[in-house]
Amino acid sequence: MADVLLSVEGLTRRFDVSKPWLNRVIEREERQFLTASENVSFEIKRGETFALVGESGSGKSTIAKMIVGLLEPSAGVIRFDGQQMDFASGAAMRTLRRRFQMIFQDPFASLNPRWRVEDIIAEPIRTFGLLRGAEISKEVGRLLDLVGLSAADGAKFPHEFSGGQRQRIAIARALSSKPEFIVCDEPTSALDVSVQAQILNLMRDLQDEFGLTYLLISHDLSVVRHMANRIGVLYLGRLVEVAESKRLFTDPQHPYTRMLLDAVPDLALSGRRRMPVTGEIPNPINPPSGCTFHPRCPKVMDICKASNPPDYPTSTGTAACHLLAPQEVASTGR
Amino acid sequence: MAAPLLSVRDLIVEFPTRRGTLRALDRVSFDIAEGEVLGMVGESGAGKSLTGAAIIGLLEPPGRIAGGEIWLRGERIDNLPREKMRRVRGRRIGMVFQDPLTSLNPLYTVAEQLIETIRTHMDLSEKEARARAVGLLDRVGIPAAARRIDDYPHHFSGGMRQRVVIALALAAEPELVIADEPTTALDVSVQAQIIDVLKEICAERGASVMLITHDMGVIAETADRVAVLYAGRLAEIGPVRDVIQAAEHPYTAGLMGSIPTLTQTAERLTQIPGSMPRLNAIPQGCAFNPRCPKVFERCYRDQPNLIARADGRHVSCWLYDAQEKEVSHG
Repeated sequence: MADVLLSVEGLTRRFDVSKPWLNRVIEREERQFLTASENVSFEIKRGETFALVGESGSGKSTIAKMIVGLLEPSAGVIRFDGQQMDFASGAAMRTLRRRFQMIFQDPFASLNPRWRVEDIIAEPIRTFGLLRGAEISKEVGRLLDLVGLSAADGAKFPHEFSGGQRQRIAIARALSSKPEFIVCDEPTSALDVSVQAQILNLMRDLQDEFGLTYLLISHDLSVVRHMANRIGVLYLGRLVEVAESKRLFTDPQHPYTRMLLDAVPDLALSGRRRMPVTGEIPNPINPPSGCTFHPRCPKVMDICKASNPPDYPTSTGTAACHLLAPQEVASTGR
Repeated sequence: MAAPLLSVRDLIVEFPTRRGTLRALDRVSFDIAEGEVLGMVGESGAGKSLTGAAIIGLLEPPGRIAGGEIWLRGERIDNLPREKMRRVRGRRIGMVFQDPLTSLNPLYTVAEQLIETIRTHMDLSEKEARARAVGLLDRVGIPAAARRIDDYPHHFSGGMRQRVVIALALAAEPELVIADEPTTALDVSVQAQIIDVLKEICAERGASVMLITHDMGVIAETADRVAVLYAGRLAEIGPVRDVIQAAEHPYTAGLMGSIPTLTQTAERLTQIPGSMPRLNAIPQGCAFNPRCPKVFERCYRDQPNLIARADGRHVSCWLYDAQEKEVSHG
């Protein structure tokens, strides 16, 4: 389809976490791998916000880093606007790189403390040679204005700003190369709620104004619910469910999604009955056999321990759970 | 009404600095009733943790209590000598901190830490204390407690460590537990379990809880009453349901509107412009006046006090003072 901006197919990343060679020989241990992301596939359409949610260690940030080219995948293909990302070719990556940007979680770490704000924001413009001379400072002023700061702030250093203001600077920097696609890795989790609301609103306004496409990475389901059109739920590096935002929250298909929704404290005080949450995320170095969620799943069956479920289609996406297998529907229908 | 378990009256905490004295808490007053869970919310720097630290007498110097009184079951505890306060802490007030890795000693097994705490505060033999420790670990949901008690903290996952910390806080049967961001370092699915354990075990033992957190959702699910702090001052205090559903202080109302929820679909979140003032730049009058949508001339002049409202609610906002007058005149 033409309106797919980013597609990811079978994205896999393994990290070698083996002990050093001599230790392995002496202690007779095998090499060990941590699979941070396994066979993840999804598509993001132009102009939409796609969110990846998951708990720590579910592989959210690893996927984000692979998409922006900061990490090379072990297997799988990333296509941006129909063009396959080629990690071997520096020139090809460079032309693609201008078109997507990233906003990081911690605005205290992502801005160089020794640079003035105007230089931080102008760096992508200079790197890609988009403008020169006095036009650069004019553009920086315009960007600062756009994110709710003033052009005079350009001469200051990052430490003179609060967390929310720093995140605005990071957003201005991301916008400076006029990207189409922005990967936002936990953009508000370091911020207080009232500031979080300001940043989320700003992100939405900018999306409307420039037709931006977002990949939003977050552990906060209510933020995701507010921002995303479609959502992918990650568990131990696997995408367990993809669905349209509304559908995911009203009718979750995968037991893990349901558990995650039940775990979120309820501000509405509806007194809803919640499924008790059990267990913790297992060690990703030795994940459970079959479906990796089976030790915590309330609806576990024999087949779950033996085989990893494929993605079954649901009304607005897919879910990887044996409960959704066609014959299961037939047997419950009786 | 029965006498409250904890009563904090006009608490002032100050930090003397070279550029003048910073007032981090300004005349904060609240009560915690027997068996009650009081939530304490606010943004970073509002003074939530400082309130907890002041109550248990663990203010970091040069911070000091510059005024006010703290009473625990009719006994004043803010001016106790160090040695006496040490016996109150742990025995009568238990603590759970945010990061379980820093509140457990990595060099001692969980058994050693629990037994030491129990024997410091209770007259039990080593064997009895150990049995009690195993029982506690079992109660907070650590599987195979009798075996795992001899493990070191690093053997436990984040959620399990926080369970150990809760067991430690409750080891001496305290009357009050101060939990400072007990779930902030944890994932949501683990957070729900920890909150449940904390709630159940305190209810079972009749301990009151002061739950400090920035997460309004956690408060909504756990607390009976909630106190909202802003720039070291109490903005509003009242029953959880009332404060969340019908906030009276403009700050609380703005805060509630800015939290995205799982049920509503607002196009835009309500936002409070600006950010909380720094301690050295708190404006005259009401601290919230530069950001308040309903600000009027009196807010720039005088600092509002807590005004009693119906159903045990209190709010510090001039809006309600004026309204009360109108009502009484009419």
